[in-house]
Amino acid sequence: MNAIKFLFAAYIVTWLIHAAYLGSLVRRFSRLRQQLKELGKK
Amino acid sequence: MKRLFPILSVLTAALLAYALYLALVVAPTDALQGDVYRIIYYHVPSAWTAFLLFFINFIASVQYLANAKPSSKTAAKWIVLAIGILGVIASFLPPVQRLLPAGMHPSAVATTVLAIPAFYFLIGKYFPGERLDVLAVTSAEVGVVFCTIVLVTGPIWARPVWGIWWAPGDIRLTSTLVLWLIYVSYLVLRRFSSSAQTQMLAAALAVFGALDVPLVYFSIWFFRTQHPQPVIGGGGSMDPRMLHVLLISWMAFLCFAFLVCWSRFRLELLHREVEEGHAMESLAGGAVAAKGSLPLNRSPQ
Repeated sequence: MNAIKFLFAAYIVTWLIHAAYLGSLVRRFSRLRQQLKELGKK
Repeated sequence: MKRLFPILSVLTAALLAYALYLALVVAPTDALQGDVYRIIYYHVPSAWTAFLLFFINFIASVQYLANAKPSSKTAAKWIVLAIGILGVIASFLPPVQRLLPAGMHPSAVATTVLAIPAFYFLIGKYFPGERLDVLAVTSAEVGVVFCTIVLVTGPIWARPVWGIWWAPGDIRLTSTLVLWLIYVSYLVLRRFSSSAQTQMLAAALAVFGALDVPLVYFSIWFFRTQHPQPVIGGGGSMDPRMLHVLLISWMAFLCFAFLVCWSRFRLELLHREVEEGHAMESLAGGAVAAKGSLPLNRSPQ
């Protein structure tokens, strides 16, 4: 039963890492789109 | 293409959910380790995906370096073709077969060697010019994410099975950590260096880093390690039901990695577009300033 904790920890950590990376991609996308918009205005 | 992305995303999510169901419910429990062995369905596919991405990074980097001169571009094509042909022939020669570790099939070696020219020409065809460099940075970054998962899930699995989080000196573990560090340094170089030679330097570092991949892969074939010996194609045995789930899980992670790479590739293109825009803006600004300052610099007649 104790080992199950490790199984779920491994699965949760995997998806947390993927979620963090996807979040960073979304943030970078929105920042670049904003910069592109500002460049267009100028 | 833009319509394809949401469709593929839904399909990938469904495949990942199915793989999770197979891993947690359908796959049989291991007689020795119990349920904790199910970490294999995330740990191993992540490692294979990371290796594939680093391989793509290696091919893209070699091609980027080779394309610097037309003569080296032609020479590289012939060298890669020769590696493919000679590698396939060599893997079936008895003296070479004797060098292979027990359980490794020559056909597996031949297929791996054939992947070098196959990937080289496919990448060259679909990623011309600067897109090679974009592909290199994309595959390295996503590869680092998958390699991070390998390095995190490994100790989580090791703790209940080995009784320790990390086995210092274990060649598989150490070489994987070194591989991760090399690619992190590759990304740091790309992020913080503004030299005109950054892309070339990064490509050279990527070629060096890729040399660690075979060491990581073959370490458990050639050395006795704390890490288990290979159970797939290495003389070990795996329940066919477990193998089936493992392969489905890998397919799901490959689809996911493809989508993440697609997004990262578009992000890099957008980043370069913005950088170009800033460069044009500063050029235009400089020209206006020069024009504006011209009368001031003229001495009165």
